[in-house]
Amino acid sequence: MDKKQAYKKVAYYPGCALEGSGHGYNKSTKAVGKKLGLELEEVKNWNCCGAMEVKNIDPKIQTYLSARVMNIAANEMGHDVVMAPCNGCYHNLKKAEYDLAHDESSREVTDRLSSKAGHGTYEAGQIETIHALDWIKDGIGEDELRRRVKGGLKGLKVANYYGCMYTRPRHIFPEKDQGPGSESTSKPHFMDDLLAAAGAENVDFALKTACCGGAHTLSDKDTSTKLVVNILKAAEEAGAEVIATECPTCHAGLEMHQVRAEKEFGIKTNVKMMYFTQLLGVALGLSPRKVGIPENASDGRAALRARAIA
Amino acid sequence: MPIHEKNLIRPENLSTHENLVIDGVDVSGDWSTFIKPRVVTDYNEGLQDEIAALPGGEYIHRCWQCGSCTNSCTVNALDPDFNPRHWIYLIRMGFEDELVRDKDLIWQCVSCNKCTYACPRDVVPEGVMKATAHWLELKGYTEKSPSTIFDEEFSSQVFRTGKIEDGRVMMGFFRKTGQSLLQPWLVEFVKKMLTGLPLGWMMKMGWATVFHPRTKGWARARAAIEEYAHEKELEHLAAVRGGHPEARFDPAK
Ligand code: SF4
Ligand code: SF4
Ligand code: SF4
Ligand code: SF4
Repeated sequence: MDKKQAYKKVAYYPGCALEGSGHGYNKSTKAVGKKLGLELEEVKNWNCCGAMEVKNIDPKIQTYLSARVMNIAANEMGHDVVMAPCNGCYHNLKKAEYDLAHDESSREVTDRLSSKAGHGTYEAGQIETIHALDWIKDGIGEDELRRRVKGGLKGLKVANYYGCMYTRPRHIFPEKDQGPGSESTSKPHFMDDLLAAAGAENVDFALKTACCGGAHTLSDKDTSTKLVVNILKAAEEAGAEVIATECPTCHAGLEMHQVRAEKEFGIKTNVKMMYFTQLLGVALGLSPRKVGIPENASDGRAALRARAIA
Repeated sequence: MPIHEKNLIRPENLSTHENLVIDGVDVSGDWSTFIKPRVVTDYNEGLQDEIAALPGGEYIHRCWQCGSCTNSCTVNALDPDFNPRHWIYLIRMGFEDELVRDKDLIWQCVSCNKCTYACPRDVVPEGVMKATAHWLELKGYTEKSPSTIFDEEFSSQVFRTGKIEDGRVMMGFFRKTGQSLLQPWLVEFVKKMLTGLPLGWMMKMGWATVFHPRTKGWARARAAIEEYAHEKELEHLAAVRGGHPEARFDPAK
């Protein structure tokens, strides 16, 4: 498969969150890439993709912001693939790609802003945006991963949580729902596949793509707390010891409102949050410290120790 | 799961009869509730166009009222009064007054896009919710919602420097909404996060709040974005104000 070749070396777009609260994700993504021989070259002098917040102010400004990032990766650095571990960044680059391919006025605004800002413009089709999940799933694959695992996850019970932006809305992900081998938007499984290959036991978790209320994590706190409590409880009822995450916003939302639920409403849950790259890292023999597990607000080291993992 | 929208039958539109016999049939009890007939005269014919002129509202005309959006909605599951299908109906019918009754709910959409995923007509109801929340503010029906304040704080940082720093966005938001940074749950969360942090990171994060992360050579991009954003704002305001009050259909005149 030529994706194996194409994903060996990709442009890396960490985004703002991975430089702030999501640093554990940044650290573990880089460490796992290194361990697996997948090379990352950070997009030079990148800017924020615009996130949901700029989209709410004006979607075309968000398209421009994401296009600037893709322009640098594709036209200035010569990459064919850009990888974003944050669901928000991944989603926004995909959305910009879709809008630039289908909407004349989005193209006009992007061209106008790019030329006024003094840099080249991005045209749809110049680069492929992938998520960190695609990167490992298609760049390495389960078989290879199984061979490389050292120690593994020893049947650790994991609920895989994908959140909203990785699968919705469907139209910006034309490569999903394309039959065997492709990701599903209704029941995503790439993270499940990778963690199973690393030795985890995935529990049957119905809220994989439920929303944690991340858009209003601070502006409508009670709604977010309720949504997060639903997710945490469902994971615990399914028997999960750990919720695996693949987005810094989802991850921080679950951690923050787990604390808030306990402090403000006396609702206590014990399940721990870990980035899937942190779990892969320890399965590959890296120490929890190396992949930033102690830096998570919900410190999962005890859960790992209980199963003699790492 | 079927949706029960009984909550849409407003008390002021009901008449209840304890003992009512019509043509010899007793229709009291469960059958004693009738919706009052009414003639609507106070609608705004331009309402759909006003919403459609705002970002996200473009495809509202496609809606055929299937209810899939409401049925799949994250917020509706917590609060049955949060009903995107119903609001789209009111907008398309021009029932401005009825729409405005729910002005404090509409902004609560969490943008999960479950509705957009489920909608068979590509209405993008998530966008319609954003456009409607925006419209309520432009029209002066509501103050800026906390969500808008957050979006503006976040976006202005991106426009200024090209990047955001999450701690700084949070502090700016709390300041603008008059909330304390020392809410006990937040203090607890930050403590948990800091205990595991290596010293180097703490210094780097502390650094970031003083020397803001920025994209190099951003000044021209900033000027271009701000110019465009300003143009758009004027356009939106004109589209909304333009429809009001002249376009209001008043048969009494
Ligand atoms: S989505 Fe979040 S992390 Fe990604 S670039 Fe935008 S703000 Fe930064
Ligand atoms: S942070 Fe929450 S709202 Fe955002 S994508 Fe993740 S699950 Fe959805
Ligand atoms: S799902 Fe789409 S078509 Fe159906 S009611 Fe909602 S917006 Fe209208
Ligand atoms: S995006 Fe908003 S309206 Fe749509 S399902 Fe989610 S919360 Fe409901």
